[in-house]
Amino acid sequence: MSDTSPLLYMEGVHKRFVLHLQNQTVLDVLRDFSLRVLPGECVRLSGPSGMGKSTALKLAFGNYQASAGRIDMRAADGTMVDITRANPREIVQLRASAVGYVSQFLRVIPRVAAIDVVAEPLLERGPDGNPRMESAAARAEAARWLDRLRIPQSLWQLPPATFSGGEQQRINIARSFIRTRPLLLLDEPTASLDPLNTATVIELILAARAQGVGIVGIFHDPEVAAAVASRSVAMQAPSP
Amino acid sequence: MKHQPLLRVRDLRCAYGAREVVRGISFDLWPGEVLAVVGESGSGKSTLLNAVAARHTPSAGTVEFAVRPAAGAAASLQDIYAMTEAQRRVLARTDWGFVHQHAADGLRMNVSAGANVSERLMALGQRHYGRLREQAADWLQRVEIDPARMDDRPDTFSGGMRQRLQIARNLITAPRLVFMDEPTSGLDVSVQARLLDMLRMLTREMQLAAIVVTHDLAVARLLAQRMVVMQGGHAVEAGLTDQLLDDPQHPYTQLLVSSVLPP
Repeated sequence: MSDTSPLLYMEGVHKRFVLHLQNQTVLDVLRDFSLRVLPGECVRLSGPSGMGKSTALKLAFGNYQASAGRIDMRAADGTMVDITRANPREIVQLRASAVGYVSQFLRVIPRVAAIDVVAEPLLERGPDGNPRMESAAARAEAARWLDRLRIPQSLWQLPPATFSGGEQQRINIARSFIRTRPLLLLDEPTASLDPLNTATVIELILAARAQGVGIVGIFHDPEVAAAVASRSVAMQAPSP
Repeated sequence: MKHQPLLRVRDLRCAYGAREVVRGISFDLWPGEVLAVVGESGSGKSTLLNAVAARHTPSAGTVEFAVRPAAGAAASLQDIYAMTEAQRRVLARTDWGFVHQHAADGLRMNVSAGANVSERLMALGQRHYGRLREQAADWLQRVEIDPARMDDRPDTFSGGMRQRLQIARNLITAPRLVFMDEPTSGLDVSVQARLLDMLRMLTREMQLAAIVVTHDLAVARLLAQRMVVMQGGHAVEAGLTDQLLDDPQHPYTQLLVSSVLPP
């Protein structure tokens, strides 16, 4: 991989929450944050809680709106899109083809079986307007991922709402890795996993890096961080 | 086709007498996109939906729809209120669908389920009885209604079944745009979940664009990529659904989001 143009370039990013219902309380949770992520590297955001690590990931995914600064992301066609100015449709397209996000929590959909939750990204329509895979093949692929992440077969047909935290997290990981995008944002992907599954997730992250996926992650476990991260960015408390 | 919105609404205004209830709403809707319109009762969201769906003549503004072109021609946006009544009627029963909050408003309660589902096809000139029944049975199955109930009248159906029947009745002509007014309110939560799951699947499979009016933020999160928040006839905030729900900027959106009890 000799690709040296960034997948993500955040510059001077600021996030301020204004809580109108709490007497206009102002919270500055991220100040003048900059980050450049190249293909194949895994950047760890480190620092204690409350430094804005998760906020930085949510800003990069377009889940939070930046108050200042720019966030350029490389789209599937190679152009850079500033997501702080992009319209909702452009962000939806970036999420389908350029950026994935794994949070600690799975947002469950009522009635949908675990195997279908995992297969769903393969059934989304590609740029040609056709589903990326036909549904039997997508389910077979989802089954391989569930197996690899040690989800017992007896759970595959059940909606994950009643699963344990660790099981839900693994469903989330399978759903994100089943179709890797060039940039991956990971918020504590191993937080509630046992050592065996943690080792599997480390393998997955390293394999993604080897394919050229750029990763930004929050890893509290120092062993996980040492195994997957190529460098670390220390987040500091926003000065008042 | 992909480079042009399906629907373009500009500065739409609606009034009942001197009282303006929709005060200048503009948005584009693209093929396959689901837009949720949220807000409390009286915010103007249902009036907006009716005005966009050619069911309530606006006092000002435009609603343009990319009418399905004749073979070979390019689709062009046409002002729906500049069309003749007959053209609008054709549009409403082919390329559009309208799912009412109360199924009784969207179904004929005194004819069979099968007749309800195949009515649009008959209006388009299909006459072959066997073919009509076949397609009706297929659609009943797709909305999880036993085709054996085809000859029963909707007033013998449960609330959830009636709502699913209404959906089948609308989707049988493979429309490109469906309007939904509070499609799940008034149903038990378990019935709601089933309906939402079905709507989610159908909009994806058929690449349906939809405008869903709802006061339920969970419905918006589940179905819609984009959301508009209405208050007092204005769109106070608009954008990506998850961004509006997780990082609301406007005081009224913050109030809406903070008023929901997490399950």
